[in-house]
Amino acid sequence: MTESQAGPTNYTLDSSLDSVNRVEQTAEQMAKTAGLDEDEVFRVTMAVREAAVNAVLHGNSYDPAKQITASFENTGDSLIIKICDQGQGLDPATLPDPLAPENLLRGTGRGIFLIHSFMDEVHFRLLHPGTELTLIKHLGTAPTGT
Amino acid sequence: MSMKTSTRQVDGVTILDLSGRITLGEGSVQLRDAVRDLLSKGSKNILLNLGDVNYIDSSGIGELVSAFTTVRNQGGELKLLNLTKKVHDLLQITKLYTVFDIKDDEASAIAAFTKA
Repeated sequence: MTESQAGPTNYTLDSSLDSVNRVEQTAEQMAKTAGLDEDEVFRVTMAVREAAVNAVLHGNSYDPAKQITASFENTGDSLIIKICDQGQGLDPATLPDPLAPENLLRGTGRGIFLIHSFMDEVHFRLLHPGTELTLIKHLGTAPTGT
Repeated sequence: MSMKTSTRQVDGVTILDLSGRITLGEGSVQLRDAVRDLLSKGSKNILLNLGDVNYIDSSGIGELVSAFTTVRNQGGELKLLNLTKKVHDLLQITKLYTVFDIKDDEASAIAAFTKA
């Protein structure tokens, strides 16, 4: 794992579950440091984990020749996390609705939905190759004591 | 911390006590293997005790759904017991709270199974 020293903290990681866990732990620490309450820390951490899983599993398909990058930044107003993979590219419009009755009993397909549920903004950008997923949590809007 | 499992038999119901994390990789695979093992041994009334499950991701949620459908397709019943607030909230967000039969105490959960 490599880490930059200025601006956002950037990591370049291999396509493994260990990388997913490292990204998750970094997000948890970032959310705690930002002063989010326990429930919001959980939501941010889970959303970032799901994004990392998406990059490693669905984007890079565990390909050892491909890497993911993870960027973490606290601007003071927001937490901004960017996760990039080197896969085929993800068009979120093609994803089935996991809440539709015909999809409720599917074993997969809830990750992106949970990311949208837990973050204030979610943006997709095709990288050719790959996908950049930007997750934003606005600070100061977290509910308290839920 | 990975997931740990243990089983108990109470009044014709197999209780699978789970603890730790059910996530992509080890936790999800352990749950899948444990349920398949119970089915292969003829246990069709399965109660998943999630009281000590402190984290579950979308893969783990998917594995719960797969376990539910696998047991049902073999003529059995799978119910959930003792959800933590986080797991409860996740099942509500994903609309799975209405799919699963969820109980808060073991005795009523066991009584709710259809006994052969």
